[in-house]
Amino acid sequence: MTQARTQTLTQTLTQALRLMAQNPLIPLTLLLFLLIGALELMQPGIVNPRWTSNTLKFAIPLAMLAACQTLTMLTGGIDLSAGTSATITAFVTATLTPLIGVPMAVTLGLTCALTAGLFNGLGIAVARVHPLIMTLGTALIANGCLLVYQRFVIASGTRIPDVLVWLGTGRTFGLPNGLALFVPFAALILWTEKRTGFGRLLYAIGSNESATRLAGVRRGPVLFALYALSGLIAGLTGLLYLGLVKTASLSLALPLDLPSVAAAVIGGTSIFGGRGGYAGTIIGALILTVLATMLTLLQMPEGARRILFGLIILAVTALYIRLTEKG
Amino acid sequence: MTRFASQNSWTLGLAALLIVLLITTKLIQPDFGISGLDSLARAALPYALATLGMAVVVISGGIDLSLAAMMAVTSVTAATLMQGATDPQSAAVVLLVLALGTALGAINGSLIVVTRVPDIVVTLAMLYVWQGTALLILNAPGGAAAPWLRDLIVGGVTLPLIPSALTQWLPKAVVFLAVTLALIWLPIRRSKLGLMFYAIGSDPLAAFRSGVPVNLTKIAAYAVTGLFAAVGGLAVTLSTGIGEPIPGPYLMTSVAAVVLGGVTLGGGRGGLIGPILAVFILRLVRMDLTLLNVDPNITTIIEGAIMVVVVMFGAVLASRGKP
Amino acid sequence: MTQTPTQAPILDAKGVAKRFGAVTALHDASLIVQKGQIVALMGANGAGKSTFVKILTGALRADSGQIRLRGRDFTATSPASARKAGLVPVYQEPSLIPDLDVADNLRLGNTDPDAFRHWVQQLGITDLRLDATIGRLPLATLRILDLARALAADPDLLLLDEMTAALPTDLVARVLQVVRAQADQGRSVIYISHRFTEIAAICDRATVLRDGATVGDLRIEPGIEDRIVDLMLGGHADAAATVTRRTTTGPTRLQIRDLQAGTHLKGVSFDLRQGEVLGVIALEGQGQDELFDVLAGNRRATAGTLTVNGTPHSFTHPAEAIAAGLTLVPGDRAHALLMTRSVRENIALPLVARLRNWGPIPRQAEAARVTAAIERLQIDTRAQGEVRRLSGGNQQKVTIARWIAKGVQTLLLFDPTRGIDIRTKRQIYALVRDLANQGAAVLFYTSELAEIRLACDRAVVIFNGRVVDIIDAAQADEATLMRAAYGLKAPA
Repeated sequence: MTQARTQTLTQTLTQALRLMAQNPLIPLTLLLFLLIGALELMQPGIVNPRWTSNTLKFAIPLAMLAACQTLTMLTGGIDLSAGTSATITAFVTATLTPLIGVPMAVTLGLTCALTAGLFNGLGIAVARVHPLIMTLGTALIANGCLLVYQRFVIASGTRIPDVLVWLGTGRTFGLPNGLALFVPFAALILWTEKRTGFGRLLYAIGSNESATRLAGVRRGPVLFALYALSGLIAGLTGLLYLGLVKTASLSLALPLDLPSVAAAVIGGTSIFGGRGGYAGTIIGALILTVLATMLTLLQMPEGARRILFGLIILAVTALYIRLTEKG
Repeated sequence: MTRFASQNSWTLGLAALLIVLLITTKLIQPDFGISGLDSLARAALPYALATLGMAVVVISGGIDLSLAAMMAVTSVTAATLMQGATDPQSAAVVLLVLALGTALGAINGSLIVVTRVPDIVVTLAMLYVWQGTALLILNAPGGAAAPWLRDLIVGGVTLPLIPSALTQWLPKAVVFLAVTLALIWLPIRRSKLGLMFYAIGSDPLAAFRSGVPVNLTKIAAYAVTGLFAAVGGLAVTLSTGIGEPIPGPYLMTSVAAVVLGGVTLGGGRGGLIGPILAVFILRLVRMDLTLLNVDPNITTIIEGAIMVVVVMFGAVLASRGKP
Repeated sequence: MTQTPTQAPILDAKGVAKRFGAVTALHDASLIVQKGQIVALMGANGAGKSTFVKILTGALRADSGQIRLRGRDFTATSPASARKAGLVPVYQEPSLIPDLDVADNLRLGNTDPDAFRHWVQQLGITDLRLDATIGRLPLATLRILDLARALAADPDLLLLDEMTAALPTDLVARVLQVVRAQADQGRSVIYISHRFTEIAAICDRATVLRDGATVGDLRIEPGIEDRIVDLMLGGHADAAATVTRRTTTGPTRLQIRDLQAGTHLKGVSFDLRQGEVLGVIALEGQGQDELFDVLAGNRRATAGTLTVNGTPHSFTHPAEAIAAGLTLVPGDRAHALLMTRSVRENIALPLVARLRNWGPIPRQAEAARVTAAIERLQIDTRAQGEVRRLSGGNQQKVTIARWIAKGVQTLLLFDPTRGIDIRTKRQIYALVRDLANQGAAVLFYTSELAEIRLACDRAVVIFNGRVVDIIDAAQADEATLMRAAYGLKAPA
């Protein structure tokens, strides 16, 4: 009797796990709500509309930067220059606004990020350098350029365009204005990855590059476009983050750099390519943001917070791998 | 001989490049001599040790993004424990720190094996963990290093009976590096363990079928990387005299030097000599630019550009070389 | 070949079962191997053969069942432990480390170099250097080295999994001879192969698996092939494939003149006509790989001309070949499939390949094409989701379905039936004929000589990088093809 019961229980459990494995969004969402529940238990009343709005506000730039990682990881690549590109766009925009006005400054700022992306594309698509190395190198060069640039503009001072401040910190009906940028952005990314030929090719290249070639796909243009797009997204993130932080610094997007990789990984995108998607990444970014609040709340020393952060990334990915392998 | 040359053409090319750079340095700065060599070697030492650690794990088909953070943990541990310690005590601290580094590496490897999460993700997560650990041990740069240990890597070699003019041009840091290499890597390379590292990097399935205990070998490779990281952490503490909880820029340079040094990302190919030469080349370029009074920021740009261009060139060569 | 009946069998496996989640791979597999016997282990794809092999050699653990080796209970925990117990496997894919040289590989596996060298020579390779890097050796040599390494371990029971699949005919003969001689000296062998001629030549018995269970243990005797096929197919065997050949053929689709590439392809000329299935026969490494790579745009020719429908072409990328209507099904499915993607995405891949298709996908049009291709090839899509979960035969069908969906003009098939079951093979023959009847031209390289008569109209025989003969399928019996493949005829 008990044995039969245990058996049914195990069966139900296995079925539940399999369902999760087929759709990683379910366990991820569960985890998100679990964390929010834990937060509410730790400090009753903390989860309120204001908190929700704040969490969204901070999750948006992270989720946007993580789009760079998601898209490049789908092809088996990675973009470690995304954080630097975001910083450059933000810094250039903030320093040029007093000199040449908002539209020109934003255009030039985005052009810088796009240039970094094109440079990545050149190395990865044409010279076939490993993306990890190429984007690290680009980050190094770009950072050097930024330092040199800073020397020349230091006197002119900085100003942050009002539009960006409105986007970054403003609120409408209790929701952050950043959503006005993020919702169409996310919809576009999701549509691109699932419903366009370009999106299909990203998955195809990540899944099996030589098979993709034999099917008549030219890898170069796809990767070139991809890394240029990634640079542009990074630049856009930089603008939004500038409005959020409201100070232009040389290490602006640094705190988003590795978490953006973490968000994509937690969201179920395989670092070896061919599997995953942006929907998971968005939830991954939310999970990371909630987690950060939780750690602040616990008043942990910085060291302990980092340790916990690392262990959670590891635990989530390990769990996720278990689930997908069962299926 | 020709066979040796063709198999090691990349390493020989790097050695030639290094010599050319040394000559260039002498031409730029006619004063460049013993003290210049010494400071070059001492500055390069932590980078070289980080690169050795990275090379071992890359040869075995992995990558360790937590390498610089492990160096920070071992560096602060050594500095904290050595503060006010007697000479024999600090000798014990060295052994303890080496054991600690090996353990950190073994933990990385075990987690990869047990969780089956890709290396790059596990070590990314562990990067945070080790960073946090280093901060918990020492919140700000501090601690101390035993003077007799510092003496091991500072200055030129002096030997009894041999006139110092003959030996002092050889920096102690280089000897330290050579001894480390001879004590750690040589026995491994000669034993079956070394073959196993190459085997699991080259083709894990074939290695398993050849009877290689793939998981244990992987853990061992990460442990060796941890050991090199510990030596690197010690070198940081010894050369600066304090422990440094924030990891230095060793991660990126070590990956670049490993690739420049002829070790294929993905595993199975390359050795440790090439990466060391690559480290010295990268440091020497930086030094030459400084000697030429180039803005240090522009030096960073140039350094990055060199790294990217050489790697691009290597990638193009590699794809040409394929049948 | 005689054994005393009182002696315990070398291997006695009974009731072996293994499940993967909801899928039962094996439920009642058994296998008995007596001392000095060669037993063929047979079964269609998906019958559970590879799972059984993995359990025997320690790569997987059985859920239940009993395995006795020389009368003692035996559970292999790894290939190394199986080897220690005397069971030495040679797997389908080479298991030598590509970046190490031969000597280091021997050291790694604790193989005695002298014994190894002895066996390498016995197996017909005389010029092997121990300092040669494995990755630079041809596949056929690697198979021989694998076998030599296994023999040097002095095994009681040798397990050979598709040992001859990648070997040229001369080496196959050598291998069969050595294996038979070993059995006669008292070693036992489990022999896995799709080739009946080899099984008839050296095996004593055949154990047949179907749907995860052993359904027969037969003595090999003349005419046993039909019974084995019946057992493997489980009653739903089709009538032997009869090919209705075309008597008239259309205009020339592909004109190849003195095509050269690499070191192996030294100058090949032939015509492929519309509506024709042209077989290609060659021993391993005679330039056929290069020929197909050049035609598919995967490699550039060093000399010669390639004319498609009267227009000369020189492809620099597969995309150009595809634009000219030349589509390749490569020999290795792993080179053709997106293993982590769905059947649909795999089949639709060429439809989104070009820059102008980067935009929105016309979903209904795509679905219609993909469904039509799936139905035409009768792909079993019960295993929803990732292609890697399909059986080998179904995977091969997906690689062909891709080009059916795109629209076939000239189909280049490189050994499309290697390692797949008879039922799927027959479906492929029928499909190829069907395509030709509808106006396609098909170039069909095969490593199985018998397939020329089953599927082709004519056969081009390539030897030493040149065409040595073009034989009409009606006259293409295996002996004729074999003689030609060995270059025993003056160049045409």
